[in-house]
Amino acid sequence: MNRMIPPKYAQKIMNVVFWAVGILAIAILVMVIGYLLYVGLPQVNLTFLFSDPIDNGAAGGIWPSIVSTFYITIVALVVAAPLGVLAAVYLAEYSGENTFVKTIRFATETLASVPSIVFGLFGLAFFVVYLQMGFCILAGGLTLALMAIPTILRTSEVAIETVPQSYKEGSMALGSSKWQTVIRVVIPAAIGGITTGIILGMARAIEETAAILYTVGATTTVPVSLFDGGDPLPLHLYTLATEGISLPNAYGTAAVLVILILVITFSTNYLVERYTKKMMGR
Amino acid sequence: MARNWEEFFIEKILLIAAISSIIIIIAIIGFVVGQGYTALGTIGILNFIFGLIWNPEYGLYGIFPLIIGTLSVVAVSLLFAVPLSILGAMFLAEVAPRTMRRILRPTIQTLAGVPSVIYGFFGLIVLVPFMRTHFGGSGFSILTASLILTVMVLPTILSISEDALRSIPVEYKEASLGLGATHWQTIKNVIFPAAIPGVITGVILGMGRAIGETMAVLMVAGNVPLIPTSILSPVRTLTANIALEMGEATGLHYNALFATGIVLLGIIIILLLIVNWVNYRQRVTIGGGYL
Repeated sequence: MNRMIPPKYAQKIMNVVFWAVGILAIAILVMVIGYLLYVGLPQVNLTFLFSDPIDNGAAGGIWPSIVSTFYITIVALVVAAPLGVLAAVYLAEYSGENTFVKTIRFATETLASVPSIVFGLFGLAFFVVYLQMGFCILAGGLTLALMAIPTILRTSEVAIETVPQSYKEGSMALGSSKWQTVIRVVIPAAIGGITTGIILGMARAIEETAAILYTVGATTTVPVSLFDGGDPLPLHLYTLATEGISLPNAYGTAAVLVILILVITFSTNYLVERYTKKMMGR
Repeated sequence: MARNWEEFFIEKILLIAAISSIIIIIAIIGFVVGQGYTALGTIGILNFIFGLIWNPEYGLYGIFPLIIGTLSVVAVSLLFAVPLSILGAMFLAEVAPRTMRRILRPTIQTLAGVPSVIYGFFGLIVLVPFMRTHFGGSGFSILTASLILTVMVLPTILSISEDALRSIPVEYKEASLGLGATHWQTIKNVIFPAAIPGVITGVILGMGRAIGETMAVLMVAGNVPLIPTSILSPVRTLTANIALEMGEATGLHYNALFATGIVLLGIIIILLLIVNWVNYRQRVTIGGGYL
């Protein structure tokens, strides 16, 4: 092959191939998002957003699902954000590189790669059955928290590690203790990256379906307490689509979910860009 | 003195947070294995893994068709995703002008962030009818699931490969260009070979994501627990099996689904060990060979 095609032509052919691949990626995204918004947005209005579903979603709106998604995400973040960030501080500031830290890293990596349905199995066996929570927002939220921890941990750790050594030395030289340096210098300097990590963890909790399939219960009423069942948006969409309940309502739910994820993605990008600019500026 | 105590306690609290990953992963393995091993004992490990029929109603728990289902869907999707991702990574790292990079990078990020249930829904309402009209059959097949999975694993493989390509010292590239090689020759013969360990890591992690993916595959693969005969046959994967049947499962059936989870966990842990080994080898080679 190489001998048959002169290098100059090979270069030209590959340029075309490269551009084709790049444009294909953009086309796929535009097609998926565009199509779902095209069929879904006409279904979305205030009544759809704020009314209860009728007959499991055959008619009516998605208000209970919006509330469930909100609740379950809050539960996940309240648990995962402190654990993830504190663990990141430990790994970046308090530990050297030894076998113990390597074990923590391997555990975090594994946690990040465990299939979501296996998290679902664990949630069912541990939170729902063993701790006797039953199918509820709390059990689902805690399962999601476990999934969000590695995301928050890794992003925060990178952010903390990129804080210049001179900042810390300056603080220590002024007589601050290690913890004072961390809380007053390191974390404020890394706050952009930490926020990004928390938002990414939030996105993971909002979009996840398999892990909550058998932990949250799929009740179509508005959840009030943490021990009520819920029907978060992705789960609601799955039920509507696969049980043939209502295609128009499925379109609408999909559009709401897509918009939610787009908003999160763009705000993360904005944050990252602003943060990088600020760091580069100094 | 008070200060020291405070520092001591804070460090211990941070340590506990850091250990939580280890505790969680041990708890997950413990509970999944704990619920699943009775099934393995009753059914027999070999009968479970190599059994050809999955039919809980008749007490038949063989997951071999499901393993084949997972492998076929993953293999076909990697067949599409690996070349596309590597070309895309080369494009982003070496060829694309600034403007294109500024559009393409957020695109890849957004593709990675689209919920799997959304990919599944898109597959169900667009791709399945399309395949039904153009390739016949029900439209639910290995091919349909693989196409959806391709899009889902592409960001993983692409971004890790791009990092690997970028980390190659610029001197390598300059030397090659200086000898009169074209840009493509340089990418193909110098930059890419040097970046291969990173690319392999990307491919293995993408593979892990494909094996673990549940909702999208569940919605478009057809979920028939039989060994597929062609690329247009419907299949059921290990993950889909759990998601489909957990709702009604009791007794041995319930435990057998947890045993399916053990198999999944085992595959993922083996893949991660390979990744770590590749990275370790790379460090040894680079450190020993060049630096």
